Amino acid sequence: MSAFEYLIIGNSAGAVGCVEGIRDVDQRGKIAVISEEKHHAYSRALIPYYLDGKIDREKIYYRPPDFYEKYGVVPLLGKKAVTLDLARREVELLDGERVGYGKLLLATGGRPFLPPIAGLDKRNVFTFLSLEDVLGIEKALAGAKNAVILGGGVIGLMAAEVLKKKGLDVFVLELAQRVLAPVVDETASGIVETLFAENGVKVYTGTTIKEVHGGDAVEKVTLTDGRTLSCDLLLIAVGVVPRVELVKNTGIKVNRGIVTDQRMQTSVPDVYACGDCAEAYDFVTGTSRLIPLWPNAYVGGRIAGYNMAGMSREYVWGTSMNAMHFFNLYIINAGINVTQENAGGYEAISKLDRDRKIYRKFAFREGRLQGFVLVGEVARAGILVNLMRKKIDVRGFAQALLDKNFGYKDLPDELRWQLLKDDVLLGVI
Amino acid sequence: MERVFVKPEVCIGCHLCAVWCAVAHSRSKNIIKAFLYEEPRPLPRVIVEERLPLTFALPCRHCAEPDCVFACISGALYKDRQTGRVVHDASRCVGCCSCVMACPYGCIILNNEEEEKKVLKCDLCAGLEFPYCVRHCPNGALVYGSTKGDCR
Repeated sequence: MSAFEYLIIGNSAGAVGCVEGIRDVDQRGKIAVISEEKHHAYSRALIPYYLDGKIDREKIYYRPPDFYEKYGVVPLLGKKAVTLDLARREVELLDGERVGYGKLLLATGGRPFLPPIAGLDKRNVFTFLSLEDVLGIEKALAGAKNAVILGGGVIGLMAAEVLKKKGLDVFVLELAQRVLAPVVDETASGIVETLFAENGVKVYTGTTIKEVHGGDAVEKVTLTDGRTLSCDLLLIAVGVVPRVELVKNTGIKVNRGIVTDQRMQTSVPDVYACGDCAEAYDFVTGTSRLIPLWPNAYVGGRIAGYNMAGMSREYVWGTSMNAMHFFNLYIINAGINVTQENAGGYEAISKLDRDRKIYRKFAFREGRLQGFVLVGEVARAGILVNLMRKKIDVRGFAQALLDKNFGYKDLPDELRWQLLKDDVLLGVI
Repeated sequence: MERVFVKPEVCIGCHLCAVWCAVAHSRSKNIIKAFLYEEPRPLPRVIVEERLPLTFALPCRHCAEPDCVFACISGALYKDRQTGRVVHDASRCVGCCSCVMACPYGCIILNNEEEEKKVLKCDLCAGLEFPYCVRHCPNGALVYGSTKGDCR
């Protein structure tokens, strides 16, 4: 039986973050990565760009080909972990092999959610999460004319843009009354819906698929609103579900995802978790929750890596935040999504130019920025995230946030130089 | 590692750091040719913040723990373990702007001039002798060094 100081289950953002975190602290300890996928670590977030032809196959990899070698990692790829034996500190693989560990990271990710609709097992139905998915879609594209995308979230809309550019007739179905409802407010959703309409993508909200028709392939779908659409390619993009089957009945606490503390440790000592399978701390809400986003998975993994290697660090980096773009319109949101439904608890300011598709909105509570949406003007958005993360009282300069040129110049002197103290030399005159 | 520090009190807001940054990242490295003839026009990677009389440049600090690198979905941004520089490999960049969302200093710029969207950032004039922004600042408001004390 092989054994490693550090064992990581999963081989995506969280795993890579963990490896890089460990190696910042411990250059010697043996690390292994187990993944049921046989590929070198690749970026799921790049799948739309790959399908679009913006990057070639070689560039879908998240790290250079010599990554495992350079970081002293034993890649156990194409191997599925099936059982956790916490008492003996061993992981059992599908082929019966057992792998021992000192510290364990669970970075098992998520699986695409499939709504309970009969017929989603047909051969031209795809999800949009793995390299296998996208290679399948590529093949199915030949001769396809009508694409139906179930889900008007970030991934569904990115897929819609790509397929439209490939010349297909694209229909997006969103069960909610508007697209992107979990991440932006009504106004921003409206701008995006207009944008897709202008680009010839049909977006139907408040509806979903009632029935799938066809033999071994989908030919048509009937919607709950009675409409019927021709369909040569059906894409399901309605979110991911944490993959927690490995920890079932192990005593590791699971809520919606694997529960972690601020050091990314689970309820069992020396077992850590991060990424789409885990609930992690949100610095805006102050609670632990599922936020399945690439950067959060990476940093969660990195913080886990530091702690696994003996350096105590807390994960206070993440909140719900998305950088997205559709037909060259850029949108960045972060923090709490303040909409008409939850507006009561917040003060909000905004600026809207609907014709030019420019929108900025900021929501505050007791002078602290709790959330924002930027549409069309996203430059320097990280400054806003920084103000949010540092819980800066913005009351003295809140109106300046609405200006697209907002920057450190707009902060009170003392606060500005405090935040930039590592960069500036003051007192030279 | 060596990087750029700024002295806001002696910045006169001339924007020459930005002008010369663009020149440094032009094909010709010639200020006239770069601005008159080069297509697409070279762009600066240093931002000059300005609310008169306050002006100061804000270049990338090449963070020890760079949020832009952590947020990058493609591996285009990475911390060079030898030089300590935060490097952007444009050939891997897909212009997703996750780094723009993550950089606390607003030092990563989306290049809107080109059809294929990618970001731009300071590379400390890699391949050139000395950072152009520092060399061409007429009032010593940008300096180069490994700590604030040993700047040139």
